[in-house]
Order: sequence, then C-alpha cells, then structure tokens
Amino acid sequence: MIGELWESFTDALEGLGSVVHFLFRLVGNTPRVLLRFSLISQQIFNSGALSLIIIMLSGLFVGMVLGLQGFQLLQRFGSEEALGTAATIGLVKELGPVVTALLFAGRAGTALASELGLMRATDQLSAMEMMAVDPIQRVVVPRFLGGVIAMPLLAAIFSVIGIYGAQLVGVQIMGVDSGSFWSQMRAAVSFSDITEGIAKSVAFGVACSLIAVFQGYYATPTAEGVGRATTTTVVTSAVVILFLDYLITAAFL
Amino acid sequence: MNQDSPIVEIRNLGYAVGGRPIFDGLDMDIPRGKVTAVMGPSGTGKTTLLRLVTGQVRADAGSIHVAGEDMLRLKRADLYGLRRRMGMLFQNGALLTDLSVFENVAFPIREHTDLAERLIRQLVLIKLEAVGLRGAADLMPSELSGGMGRRVALARAIVMDPELLIYDEPFVGLDPISLGVILRLIRRLNDTLGITSIVVSHDVQEISTVADQVFLLSGGKVVAGGAPQELKTNPTEIVKQFIGGLADGPVPFHFPAPDYFSELMSRSEEP
Repeated sequence: MIGELWESFTDALEGLGSVVHFLFRLVGNTPRVLLRFSLISQQIFNSGALSLIIIMLSGLFVGMVLGLQGFQLLQRFGSEEALGTAATIGLVKELGPVVTALLFAGRAGTALASELGLMRATDQLSAMEMMAVDPIQRVVVPRFLGGVIAMPLLAAIFSVIGIYGAQLVGVQIMGVDSGSFWSQMRAAVSFSDITEGIAKSVAFGVACSLIAVFQGYYATPTAEGVGRATTTTVVTSAVVILFLDYLITAAFL
Repeated sequence: MNQDSPIVEIRNLGYAVGGRPIFDGLDMDIPRGKVTAVMGPSGTGKTTLLRLVTGQVRADAGSIHVAGEDMLRLKRADLYGLRRRMGMLFQNGALLTDLSVFENVAFPIREHTDLAERLIRQLVLIKLEAVGLRGAADLMPSELSGGMGRRVALARAIVMDPELLIYDEPFVGLDPISLGVILRLIRRLNDTLGITSIVVSHDVQEISTVADQVFLLSGGKVVAGGAPQELKTNPTEIVKQFIGGLADGPVPFHFPAPDYFSELMSRSEEP
C-alpha cells in the first residue's frame, strides 16, 4: 500500500519534471520563433479568435447570473447600488480568468492536444524532422505562445461582456440606478484588482497551453492515445487552474 | 569524397528495443547512384533500419556512416545539415494536413531559404510536374487519393535536390495503376536526378523490376544480397520462402504458443 503510494508519488514528480523540462525547451526556442510572428498570429487566431463566441456567450450569461444573484443578496442589506462593484470585482478577479481558462482548456486546449497528437500519429512531426525542420520550433512553440497571448485577451473580453450582462439584468431589468452602478464600480475597483486578474489569466494561459502541447506532443501515436491525451488535457488543466487560482489569490492578499 | 565509396556504410550494427535485439551484427553497404531495395518479413526491423540511417534513433553498437558522416557522433545541428541532403517518403506520405499541395512542396524551401516567391513557385511547379500533379497544386491533402498523396510527398522529398532518397514501404495500399506510377517514378528520379535511392519494401515482384540491388533481412542480419535475379536463384531456405511467398518455413506460420492439444483440453477459463 505504502509502496504503491510512494510509486505514484514519484511517478507524479517525474511527470512534473518532464513538463518543466519541456517548458524550458519551449522558452529556449521562443526568441527565434518571435522573429516569425506570422506563425504566432495564426495560432492566436486559432486559439483566440475561434474561441471568441463561446467566451462572449459564457461571459454574458455569467454576468447576468451575477446581476441576478447579486441583486437578490444586496437588496437584503439595502445596498443594491453596490451591484456594479460586486459584479466587477467578482468577474475581474475570479470568474473572468477562471471560467475563461476552463473554457479555453475545453475548446482550444483539446484542439491543440488532438492536433499535435494526430500530427505525431500520421508521421507529420517525423516528416518535419526529416526535412531538417525542428517541430518544437515550427509547430509547438507558436501554438504555445498563441495560447499564452490569447488567454489574457479572452479573459478581458469575458469580464467586459460579463459586466455588461450584470448591468443588463441589474440596471435594465431590476431597476438599479445606472449612475450609482457605474460610479460605485469606478470608485471601488482598484488597479490591483485588475492586476490580479491579469496575473491569473497569464498564469492560466501558460499552464493550459503547456499542458495541451505537452500532452499532444508526447501522445501515444494511436487513436486511443490521442483520445487519452485530449481527456488528460482537460482534466489536468481544470485542476491546475483551480490550484493556481488559490495560490495567486493568496499571494495578492 | 570518393564517388565510388558507398553512401551508406553499416558495420556490425547492434540495436535493441526493450531488451529484444532487432539487429545483431548487421553489415550493409549501399552504393551511390543505384536503387537499393531492403526487403524482409514484417517485424524484421526494416523501418527501424531507416530510422537508424536517418538518425531518428541511435544504434547501441557498431557504426553507421552516411555520406561520410558518423551517425553515432553527429551533433544535432550537423544531423539537420545532413538531413537537408536527404529526402524521405513516409509510408502514409505524412503531408502536413493544414497546408495545400503547393505549400506542402514549398515547405522545405520556405523553411531553409529566402528565395523570392516567383522562384519558389517555379521550383514547386517543376517538382509537381515531375510527379504529374501540377494540376493538383491548389488541392488540400484530404482531397487526394492515397497514391496522389504519396506522389505529392515524393515531390516534397525531392524539392531540395537531395543526394539520397529514402522510401519507406512506398507500395502499401496502392491500386495497380498508382503502384506502376510510383515504380516508374522511383527509377526515373534516381536516373535523371543522379541520386541514390533506398527502398524498403516487402513487395517482391514490384521491387525486382526497379531495384539494382536487393538486401534481404531476417533475424537481425542480412541473409542474402545481390541483384534481384540472383536472389531468385538463391538456394537458402529463408530466401526461397520469402521470394516464393511460402506460408511456412524458417519464418514459422505459427506464433510461438504452448502445446495445442493440452491448451484445448485445459480447464482454465482464461483466454
């Protein structure tokens, strides 16, 4: 029993070590890839722009729910004018980065992992190696950087749409005063709240993209292997996002 | 470098996967300018041999020299330099599925040179014309048949004018017409471009028509080598079984298993 636990602990540590090693390889290749920005912008489009619809819709509904719940709660204390502040802080610091990252892992992370896994399974990565083209530089790093850049942008869009959704329900439907909704928000939301949100979304961007490209690049080159890589990407990303969220929240206190 | 020296020299090669030896004391010389076929039953490590020759995996023992370079000592940058002088056709073509036929063939040029767009276009069209697919330049790989995909991959493999062209099972799953096309292309490209070709295959009839020299691998060693005609008259059992396509012989029909009768009669419910 203890032996098994120890074994799974060392396995996990070994896995973490290889992910970190992979991250160093990616970072080491980043300067050269930055010179060919068109490769990265294509991936920002794939991971970012193609995730826009799901992010915007989710942001709108999350904001609307926040507006509704926040109104119910704040009304009990007669302070429904604080709805703008409550919704914005909730979105910018927590829900924006976290929900965006979870959606990103499901939409873009799985796409990255399965794409790389299938490239491995169909010898496309080996073919590049044989053409003296390093697949890490040509394929993996642009996808990784594309995800890292797209995530904060998506989280910002999520939060902005979410605030609009909260305003829609709070002000337009529930009748909170529009002036106090916006002015209280501007007075109470500080720069550090926004920095915390940005820090989180950057960290989630690195984590999600790294997990996805790692799982895809090292996927077993079979149908089952690629399937497993996609599933692991979503599951691992979700846990890592929530764990990092706690760490960063604690660090900003 | 001496033009008469073999382009690939393998000496006493040893390679094992998971403790199971694939090659044990393999020797092979592949001459320049010829079409050399490497044949053997499935599982004899033909594809592994290609991976060793191209530096995708490293040998455990012995030596491999390719175009004068020692594959066991080559650094990564030098290995990439050597690979620019090689072309390889993968079993399934391995085209990049997100790029069109034209962009697939242009890929190595774009990655390795700064040529003007007009020049790239001309080079790509020349190579596509050589494989008869200039008209398919705008198609995506998913729109190609198996044979066409392999021809595009062949155009891509020769676009950097390699010295050595390697084919991994180029005939698998092709209809007779596509197969004939690939066969003729192997010979024609070899002769017109003055390159060396290595073809890994187990299609005895097909390969005999195109190869200058054949090596037959079995049990981790070369069991026969020479011109295709010599192989047909080779009296060794394994060669006779392989060339004649006999179901049983030195390569047994049955996978090793416990005694048939006692296994049938046993009460165990395990499969």
